[in-house]
Amino acid sequence: MKVPPSNVPDRVEGLLRELAPRALGVVVRRFGHFDDAEDAVQEALVAAASSWPVDGIPDHPLGWLIHVAARRMTDLYRSDEARRRREDLAASWSSDQPDPASGHDDTLTLFFMCCHPSLPVASAVALALRALGGLTTREIAAAFLVPEATTAQRISRAKRTIVESGEPFALPAEGARVARLAPVLRVVYLVFNEGYATSHGPELERADLAAEAIRLGRLLYELLPDDGEVMGLLALMLLTEARRPARTTDAGALVPLREQDRTRWDRALVAEGMTLATSALDQGPMGEYAAQAAIAALHDGAPSHEETDWRRIMLLYTVLEQRTDSPVVRLNRAVAVAMVDGPEPALALVNELAASGALAGSHRVHAVRAHLLEMHGDLEAAKSEYVAAAAGSANTRERDYLTMKAAALDVARVGPPSRDR
Amino acid sequence: MRFMLIQNYGGVEGDCAPMYEWTPEEVAAHIQFQQTLNTQLEELGELIDAQGLAGPDEARFVVSDGATPLVTDGPFPESKELLAGYRIVEVDTPERAVEIAGLISAAPGQGGAPIRQRIEVRQVMSAPDPEV
Repeated sequence: MKVPPSNVPDRVEGLLRELAPRALGVVVRRFGHFDDAEDAVQEALVAAASSWPVDGIPDHPLGWLIHVAARRMTDLYRSDEARRRREDLAASWSSDQPDPASGHDDTLTLFFMCCHPSLPVASAVALALRALGGLTTREIAAAFLVPEATTAQRISRAKRTIVESGEPFALPAEGARVARLAPVLRVVYLVFNEGYATSHGPELERADLAAEAIRLGRLLYELLPDDGEVMGLLALMLLTEARRPARTTDAGALVPLREQDRTRWDRALVAEGMTLATSALDQGPMGEYAAQAAIAALHDGAPSHEETDWRRIMLLYTVLEQRTDSPVVRLNRAVAVAMVDGPEPALALVNELAASGALAGSHRVHAVRAHLLEMHGDLEAAKSEYVAAAAGSANTRERDYLTMKAAALDVARVGPPSRDR
Repeated sequence: MRFMLIQNYGGVEGDCAPMYEWTPEEVAAHIQFQQTLNTQLEELGELIDAQGLAGPDEARFVVSDGATPLVTDGPFPESKELLAGYRIVEVDTPERAVEIAGLISAAPGQGGAPIRQRIEVRQVMSAPDPEV
């Protein structure tokens, strides 16, 4: 029974996006040639997007996509015999026996392929969104405000790099799994960051990248349900996304965590994120994403900025710092230290960090120092740190916020400016 | 991260005559260089935008108090300070932006010698990260 056309486009789109990686897995396994297979599946998706809403969804939608993509592959290699021979020599991905149970592993393999460590991160992001997310090149280009031609080049270069790496289409060896998972998590988190920020351009034209990243995070969690870092990443994204409604004013200005109206947070996302963050901590040694998710969970569970469990956040940052040796983490720890022990020890920590030169030239050091000096009551010094932070900031909304803080401190220090001055 | 690589009318440090005094072949080579560079940047997935602006004689300056805009027409004595064109590139590091600026600066002029144009490298404001 075909679904009548009246039920249409939204269902078709959702279904196609879900089937995209599964179809690709089968076609790559059958034909090899990851790069051409990916193009063929894209063409099948485009064909389905135009015909299914009219003709109805086929009884076996996955089979339909595979069939159309396979025909495309056959045409391609028949019409260019010389090329086929050449590529067959180069292709190290054999057409393994099709295994109906391999869909799960194939999708996971696609994650590792698309986020191959040899790829520039912008290319990996574009390829993952196409091959795993089922987005078109045009949609990806629009979402990142990059010209379509540039995006297409990023994708085709990425595929070439992967094919040239000669890596077989198979899961990485058990021993390499953890190392290979790191760039996968990074790519998904980058998509999320880009979507969460929506800094430039009319937002209506952008695919919702945050939702896209969460979708990829869920898919990855389905594939690796016992991995603490996969859980941690998904939890972190959900707990961050939950705050989105409170993160900007109606006019679009940035509202930092400590000033957000917590009643506007999305409670359903908070609850889901908290559960995952807790499970992530149960999966053995705490990884980076699990630690960040735990911190986010403490924030999201707190009734106010002051009533947050800063002591535990401080401890989590200490663990995270030992794990990553990241100066940015140390800076965040300083903020937690200030909430637990007051601004003086936190300032000492920041000054020590600044003296080490680890974050030389970063406006974040100035921003944190400004905040701590303000807490300490040294408003004049705080103001000049806010000014320095604003000057070094590379994003508009953050710069606006810091400038506003600097301006507000003037008022606090000398009183409101007199009109007849 | 995105950078705007800005070219002004002045700022050419190579000792070269204005473009209209070059031979047609030299002009053609210069234009070809710019097009090839854009193609290369596009193939590397780095090119976001490249635009040249109409000449400074066509420029107008507008100042307004909110009621009556005051419009000043060219030519302007300080036209060398005016923007001639720009590229916006998306790169992984600031060092790569500087490297591309170096390529642009060394565009061929008379006799194929690099014109050594001064390129201003400016980061385009981006999004705040979620941890703020």
